[in-house]
Amino acid sequence: MGKTIAEKILSEKSGTDARAGQIVVADVDYVMVNDVTGPIAFREYGRLGTESMFRDRMVLIPDHYVPNKDVASAEQAKEMRAFAKRHGVENYYEVGKGGVCHQIMIEEGFAAPGRLIVGADSHTCTYGGINAFSTGIGSTEAAVAFATGKLWFKVPETIRVELAGRFGKGVGGKDLIIKIITDIGVDGANYKVLEFCGDGVANMAVSDRLAVSNMAIEAGGKAGIFPFDRLTEEYIRGSVRGEYAPASPDADAAYCSTLRYDLSEIEPMVAFPHLPSNGRPVRDADVKIDQAYLGSCTNGRIEDMRAGAAVVKGRKVHPDVRFLVVPATQRVYRQMMDEGLAQIFLDAGAFVSGPTCGACLGGYMGILAAGERAVSSTNRNFIGRMGDKDSEVYLAGPEVVAASAIAGRIATPDMLE
Amino acid sequence: MAEIVGKCWVFGDNVDTDQIIPAERLVSANLSHLNDFVFEKVRPGMAGEISDGDVIVAGKNFGCGSSREHAPLSLIQAGISCVVAESFARIFYRNSMNIGLLLVECKAGAAEGDVLSIDAQAGRVCNRSDGSERSFEGHPPFIAGLVEAGGLVNLVREGRF
Repeated sequence: MGKTIAEKILSEKSGTDARAGQIVVADVDYVMVNDVTGPIAFREYGRLGTESMFRDRMVLIPDHYVPNKDVASAEQAKEMRAFAKRHGVENYYEVGKGGVCHQIMIEEGFAAPGRLIVGADSHTCTYGGINAFSTGIGSTEAAVAFATGKLWFKVPETIRVELAGRFGKGVGGKDLIIKIITDIGVDGANYKVLEFCGDGVANMAVSDRLAVSNMAIEAGGKAGIFPFDRLTEEYIRGSVRGEYAPASPDADAAYCSTLRYDLSEIEPMVAFPHLPSNGRPVRDADVKIDQAYLGSCTNGRIEDMRAGAAVVKGRKVHPDVRFLVVPATQRVYRQMMDEGLAQIFLDAGAFVSGPTCGACLGGYMGILAAGERAVSSTNRNFIGRMGDKDSEVYLAGPEVVAASAIAGRIATPDMLE
Repeated sequence: MAEIVGKCWVFGDNVDTDQIIPAERLVSANLSHLNDFVFEKVRPGMAGEISDGDVIVAGKNFGCGSSREHAPLSLIQAGISCVVAESFARIFYRNSMNIGLLLVECKAGAAEGDVLSIDAQAGRVCNRSDGSERSFEGHPPFIAGLVEAGGLVNLVREGRF
């Protein structure tokens, strides 16, 4: 019997014949923590009673509450900076050189095909978009990975997702993953991997694949993994660190179930409050909004900024809407400047800032008051996620977010005059 | 492990980590008193009314969302002895095993305020308020060892990982 991509990577990294259902201990290529999960990991590391540290495999990225939101978050960020210094951890990304951790992991070439990467942030599954097995873990586990370079994994079962066709205009990875989560539910892939395949994959930009993999966790998934191809190679060329070995599934690999999607049939989607599985076609939405947010590890890449800018170019943000544009990283920010996208957003009346996770998790830089509604290119619309418990978050792709900012209600670009 | 007896707090499906503890509370300065904030958005006042040993009963996919270890930690600090749910989200499950929050996977069929007794060794949940009894499966050997050791940190300290 052959193996899935997950079984291949976990076999390689554990030196065993890893099969779904087994528990293996495997070497991790990298372990990442952010400013929220890092401090607990640093404390737990101190309890381990060892000097051993795999510092070259550690990546420390402050992003949730930096630039510092308040004194408490300043102290927390200071703790992280001090830990990096004290232990000589070189992979630390200071404000001004970093951004949202998952895009940094990709831009800086830590994430790569065939690698096993863990991160104390649930959206670590993003790197499946470039053929890595990457998954979210807790802080204590991160501490153990710092010290031992390894971690335990239950080898997951895999759901095969066959993609055919090509997205229509204004439709992308975000619409596909909202559709999938709506079909299978927020626990539809719990403990499992979504493995993508089929002719449609080659028609999907890597940025779209990353948006899909990013939200595998919103279906409970351990990972969402795409095959490696020419587009992957082009995307990581110039940034990837070291050698890498792409993983592909065997023809006779065993899957627990199969889903099929024709990309040409996917419509612009929006996930209504308060679960990512409450997806509906945008044409069925009749929702007035107070805020539109373009950014995050899901849709804060340069491709998303280009898509948003193309919609708002020559238009004005609706007078009742705050439109926040937050590129995922410093590099995306600079590219926006170089390509004239920042100018387009500013001319339209948008607020454009440097990178932070801030508003996505209800931290700061765009909190919602009671009764307010936001359409957001982020990944979660749980109760109170972006602010007051009586505020609402509607999840959508970059084109819909930008069009909604102009229209003052949830809309596709086609609906604009 | 001794039998656990506690009063129930009942929740539905898909209780996410933002409900358990909101992101704005996740700063180091709060780490010693995360219990002050448990369920503050969805069940205001609950934090002050939890008694030591109380049990949370929930439906499917408890703990979905973020990887924040603050979620199980806040429940431990609040005095919650066990979460009984139909299923758990993956990262929450791992975190709980690693820091010593007991999770029981079964449909408890309890109402708010019922008193449950849980015998983890025997795999039995009894509802003392209505007399019903349910059984649940134990953890696979690796996880059971992890729990017995008191979490992953202890396994490393003992040189067993």
